[in-house]
Formats: sequence, structure tokens, C-alpha cells
Amino acid sequence: MSSVSQYVNLFVENREAIESHSSGVLNTMRDLALKSLEGKRLPERGDEGFAKTSIEKMFEPDFGVNINRINIPVDVARSFRCDVPNVSTLLGVVVNDSFVPTSTLLNNLPEGVLVMSLSKAAQDYPALVGEYYGSVARVDRTAVALNTLLAQDGVFIYVPSGVRLANPVQIVSIFNSSVPMMGVRRILIVAEGGSDVNVLLCDHTQVAGVEFLSSEVIEVCVGENAHVDVYSIEESSAKTSRYSQLFARQADGSRLRVSSSTLQNGTTRNDFTIDVKGEGCETVLSGMVTADGKMHVDNCSSVNHLSPRSVSTQLFKYLLDGESQGAFEGGIYVSPEAPYTESYQSNRNILASESARMHTTPQLLIYNDEVKCSHGATTGQLDRNALFYMQTRGVPKPTARQLLMQAFMTDALEMIAVEGIRSRLSMLVERRLSGDVSLCGECSRDCHKID
Amino acid sequence: MDNILLKVEDLHARIDSKEILKGINLTIRPGEVHAIMGPNGSGKSTLSSVLAGNPAFTVTGGTATFHGVDLLALSPEDRSHEGLFLSFQYPVEIPGVSMVNFMRAAVNAKRKYFGEDPLSASEFLKLMRQKREIVELDNKLASRSVNEGFSGGEKKRNEIFQMAVLEPRLSILDETDSGLDIDALRVVAGGVNKLKSEDNATIVITHYQRLLDYIKPDFVHVLYKGRIVKTGGPELALELEEKGYDWIKQEVDEQ
Repeated sequence: MSSVSQYVNLFVENREAIESHSSGVLNTMRDLALKSLEGKRLPERGDEGFAKTSIEKMFEPDFGVNINRINIPVDVARSFRCDVPNVSTLLGVVVNDSFVPTSTLLNNLPEGVLVMSLSKAAQDYPALVGEYYGSVARVDRTAVALNTLLAQDGVFIYVPSGVRLANPVQIVSIFNSSVPMMGVRRILIVAEGGSDVNVLLCDHTQVAGVEFLSSEVIEVCVGENAHVDVYSIEESSAKTSRYSQLFARQADGSRLRVSSSTLQNGTTRNDFTIDVKGEGCETVLSGMVTADGKMHVDNCSSVNHLSPRSVSTQLFKYLLDGESQGAFEGGIYVSPEAPYTESYQSNRNILASESARMHTTPQLLIYNDEVKCSHGATTGQLDRNALFYMQTRGVPKPTARQLLMQAFMTDALEMIAVEGIRSRLSMLVERRLSGDVSLCGECSRDCHKID
Repeated sequence: MDNILLKVEDLHARIDSKEILKGINLTIRPGEVHAIMGPNGSGKSTLSSVLAGNPAFTVTGGTATFHGVDLLALSPEDRSHEGLFLSFQYPVEIPGVSMVNFMRAAVNAKRKYFGEDPLSASEFLKLMRQKREIVELDNKLASRSVNEGFSGGEKKRNEIFQMAVLEPRLSILDETDSGLDIDALRVVAGGVNKLKSEDNATIVITHYQRLLDYIKPDFVHVLYKGRIVKTGGPELALELEEKGYDWIKQEVDEQ
């Protein structure tokens, strides 16, 4: 049985329960999803755009879904053991796939701003959620349809016109279960015209020995002249797989920055599909990967320029050690309707060991003559001359390697525009590379197992 | 007792399959300045690289004993801790690594090697300030990435600055004069002279007599075809300046 029919059967048998725990538009979309899954399969390794990662394999184990909404307690503090203070955020937590607000969130939300359970939002604000839910994600993609079919909850972030949020919204998604499980995760971000919001998404796995799959769909609607930043950090476990698909739509004059960092994981595939529908938009998409052991990280970008005069920049950097594998499938599309587009893409990688592997396919599809576009990819090793130079000054080789690795990530870190988040991530990267676990106590990650 | 800082005996080394050093013998005592001169391609830079432990070269024979320690058995970082310093002919640019972080890592690694606690932030900054003055290194260079965008003169000053911080027992200056104008040369040489003491020694590798006007050698060696073929006092450098290397090449090639 293919993965798709396995989960379709699960849905058909439990439809009533699933729908009873959910509401409104989440349920009305399921028929469409079910229909679009007919005769479909998940992408396999070697399919176009999936040169190195099989989504079918990720979904193949018969993962359980928390259909009966069993309340699994979670120790949020434990996930923050490794975190850096001094960033005051509006914090919400997703336990496996259920949204749990915190008191700081409930007490500090500015008027009109919503950060809440998606299922509850669909009930309380049916027209609002109905207008945007499923409007950006492409339900004709098998994994999106599966997510739409099974999603029971998620996060809804709504920022009304002209509202600028000073503090970032932080959503910490945690896997915690004694049995293998799939978290069907859904995030809907709506930033109305002229609004401004920064969203920080942190993925953690608390039980290192259990297999988890995160099936995540993130939709981002960026209104006219709105500014939205989405920063995602994955620090999961060797037994966690993740297929995260971010879909964004930008209206006139808007700015979207998306930055994704994979610091610790098992197998990850991230898709970023950004439709620059409006004129005069700015898009900054970046990715940072520090991998070792048997980690597998695959990022796929499609920035689609559909109107004139927009600028997009992409920078993806991979630091691969041990037997880790990296892949980058980069895409820029400039439609005939998008003259005066400027679009740049760069992918740079370091193989720090002989067994690490990188696969990169940067692509440009340009159907317009009035554009400025470039793309490039390089893969190399740590600079041996620099290593020797530092050693002659007494810097031990492991420290010298670490300094060079940290230096390699500098420009990717600079893509993070929010100072507090940048310094936090810079520290996480430094700690990740130094293997400093002194502060991390019982932390389940194997950060210290780096060379 | 005969006090020897470095004793190199019959040292052979190659890069890839090409033998460059073919039996080097050299004895250096504390307080001495040795100049090594020689035509292009004679092995001068290879000798400094091999002594510093550059993994690109393979030692195929001979020994190097550094105050009683088998130098060739040590990693480059341990050679540094034991008191060896190499000033690079072409200092390496390291974008993204700040001078401050680099020097802090270097200083604290050495302290750790000798079982000492790392310096506090204020102690470290004080040390940097003191040592910067020796080579008149601009404060703003300290906050930049290592050697990135430094002029030729700034790079060489930065080398001597690092030497001042690490306080080596033996410094090898590999063509420190190349790419320097007269003023920078004076500052760099002045820095080296300030750091000179009865307990440390210096090897100056150079093409030109000019640098030796500022850093006065006790011995001058001529390296040719991977061997030291002639050793003399400071007057040998003057003779080379006047007559070139041809007469020495002839002497050697006739043998």
C-alpha cells in the first residue's frame, strides 16, 4: 500500500472524529483534498525536483496521528534549556500538532492581533480564516493535500492593517510522545496592508529515541506594503523527519524575508514557494545548514516573479561534516508579465569531511528580456592555508576549524534582519559548532558529537 | 654547558615528489640573529614551512631539536606553544574571523597548554593594547577580519604584532621585507628589535641586504639547491649584495 492510500484510509475511517475536533473551513477543504489525492503518489527520490530526497520514504512508516486529541503534557522549559534569553517574544507552543497559548502571549497581544489555535480561529472567525486558509498553498500537490486532509489544528497569526508588532511572535513546535507519530502541522500567517510582523518558528524534538514525522504547511499572505519576516530554526533529532512546505503570496510594495536554519535533524526537506504577485516587492530568502553525522537536509526554492519591478535575493549555505548529505534545488521564475525584475540566487557549500555530500541544482527560468538575474553555486573545503596559519599561532586545529565554519556562516546570518534573532541564532550556530553542551544538561541533541 | 635553542641536522623534505631540502644543518643559540639568503627556488621558504609544520611538506630525513624537544613530532599548534613563531611571507586573509577572536583563541590555547586559566576580557584587551604599540598597529585593524583588506604593510605589522603577543623563543621572519616601503620596513624592523632579548633568537629570511641594515645578523647563511652552502658574518651579506649569487653557484656547481 502506498503512503497516500495508507493515510487516506486512516482519514476515511476516522473522518467523523477528525472533523469533530476541528471546524469550519478546515473541514470544508477536506473534500477537495480527498479528490485531489485520487491516483496520486508522493514524490520519490529521482523525481523532478527531488533528486536526493524521497518524500514517499518519509511517509512510508505507518505513523499514528493524534486523532483523539489525547492531551500529551510537555515540559516547555526543557526545550528552552538551550535557548538564549534577552529576546522577549509573544510565545505560543505547538505540542505535536495542538496549539497551546502561553500567559505572556495572552496578556501581551496588541488589540486586533490574533495568535491562536487555527481550529478555534476557524470557529470564532470563520469569514477571516475562510478567506485565506488554503488560498496560497497548492492543494494539487500531494503532500499539501495530505496535510489538508488530516490537519486538525495549527496556528493562526493575524495582523490587521497598519499594525506593527514590536516583539516577534515565536511558535515553538515540540514533538513529545512515547510512540512514533506524525504531526500534521499548519500555520497561517496573514499580514494585512501596511502591517509589520516578525515570526520565529522553532522546531524541537524532546524524545530522541522515538521516530517522528512533521508534515508542515505554512501559508503566508503579505498584504500591500506589509513587511513580514519568517525565521525558522530546526533543532530536532536524528529520528525526526520533516517535510515543510512554505507558500507565500506578496501584494504590491510588500517585503518578505524568509530564513531557514537547520542545526540538528534526521531527514529534512523544506520547500519555499514564493509568488511575488505584486509590483515593486522585495523578497529575501536564505537558508543555513550545519550538518554532521547522517543528517540529510534538502532545500528547494521557487521564487516566482509575476509582476514588474520586484527584487529577490536568495542565499543558501551548507556546512556538511561527517556523512551528512545536503541538497539544494533552487528556482527563479520570471514571467513575461514581470519586466524590470532583479533576481539573484547563490548557493555556497563547504564539505568539511571526505564522506559528506552536496547536490546542487540552481535554476533560472526567464521569460522576459528586461531583467537582471544571476545564479551561482560553489562547493569546496575549508581553506587549508587559513587552517595552517591559525595553527602556527597556537590555535588548535579543532578550534581553527570551528572559527572558519562560523566565519563561513557570517553572511547567511547577516540575512537575518531582526537583531535579537540574529544574535540568538549566531550563538546557537557557535554552540552547535563548538559542541559546547555544558549549558545543555540533559538535552537530547547530539550537538557534542561534532569533530 | 652548550646552550642550544635549535639544532637542525641533515634535514630532508619534499613536496609532492619533489625533494626541496637536501640535508640542512643549522645551529641556533639564544640571543642570536641568523640571516638566510639565497637565490629564488633554493628552499628558503620551504625550510621555514617545514620548521613550522606545514602539512603540505613531508620530512624524509634528519632531525630538528628545539630546546631539547623533538620539533618534528609536534603539531603546528604545539610548536607555537613551545615557542616557535613563523611570520608569513604572504599572511593569509581569513574573512569572517575577527582579529580579536583569533588572538584570544591563540593566547588562551597557549595558556591552556601550560595549565593556566584563560585571560579575563579586561586582561586580554590590556595585553592587546600594549602589544599594538610596539608596531604602531591601528586599533581599528583589531576589530576587522584577520588580514582582510589590510595593505601589504599592515599585514606585515600584524605579523609582528602577533609575534609580540605570543613572545616566541625563536622567530622565523620569512621575507618580511617583501612588499614593504621604507617607512613600513623601519617600523617592522623596529618592532623586531624591541622584541629581541638574550633569551630568544631570530631567523631572518631575505633576498636583500637592506633589511639587515635594520635587523643586524650575527650569522649569514646562503641556501642553494636545498643545502646551506656558505656561512659567514654580516660581511657576507654585503658581499652578496655587491657580487650576486653567481660566484657561489659556480663554487657549488664545480664541486
